[in-house]
Amino acid sequence: MAIEHVAGKNAGKLMLYALSTCIWCRKTKQLLTDLGIEYDYVFVDLLQGQEKEQTIAMVEKWNPDSSFPTLVVNDSKCIVGFKEKEIREALKL
Amino acid sequence: MSADETIAPDEIEKDYLRCKKDAEAGGYHINPDADFARGLVSGLLVNQARYGYQSCPCRLASGKKEEDLDIICPCDYRDQDVVEYGACYCALYVSQNVLDGKQELSAIPERRPPRSLRRKAAAPALAGPLQLPMPVWRCKVCGYLCARDGPPEICPICKAKKERFERFL
Repeated sequence: MAIEHVAGKNAGKLMLYALSTCIWCRKTKQLLTDLGIEYDYVFVDLLQGQEKEQTIAMVEKWNPDSSFPTLVVNDSKCIVGFKEKEIREALKL
Repeated sequence: MSADETIAPDEIEKDYLRCKKDAEAGGYHINPDADFARGLVSGLLVNQARYGYQSCPCRLASGKKEEDLDIICPCDYRDQDVVEYGACYCALYVSQNVLDGKQELSAIPERRPPRSLRRKAAAPALAGPLQLPMPVWRCKVCGYLCARDGPPEICPICKAKKERFERFL
């Protein structure tokens, strides 16, 4: 699985589904990095075959539009799009 | 995998300028944040190399052109999003108000129907037995209409290719 881990402070379990070509995904990733918290991310457009399909199905479960960035917080909340305020609130930062 | 997909700065600049020129000629506006716009153009060029067409950098392409026609830039959803939110989904194209700094941009919801609905969507049925001397073709990108035997090779307004036209009447 092509999930990358970024080290940092623990602010809960964060999984970011992103596209390598998407600027809004880049901004979201940058925000998480700037906040200095740990998170996992995957570039769905760089996956292949079954792994790609399974990951898309996972994104669709949280966000039926399957749009990016999709950030899943603590396996319970999903934030779609680069929404700085919402992300900070969800992480209590 | 992303490392070998890097696009040379002069290539990005060339396509950025072409995109800007085409946009302005058609009455559209490119995002005034030039570095932001160049970043999007870079994504378009990566997709061009990867899939053979410039699909939206902020959407996941299927890799099958016939399934992705609606998200080839400029996408079918641009005009509606520019009117409603001041920018298209990726924010490469913006409204006059955004260009003039009178409106701030925020995250734009996805207007493209989800995969399951796209598969079901059939071509819209033509309304009524309208008698016209010629069929009317509509550009799905900008709404340009023309009455002729077939759609033009390139939309004279927004430069979308022939395959983005639909029979309107």
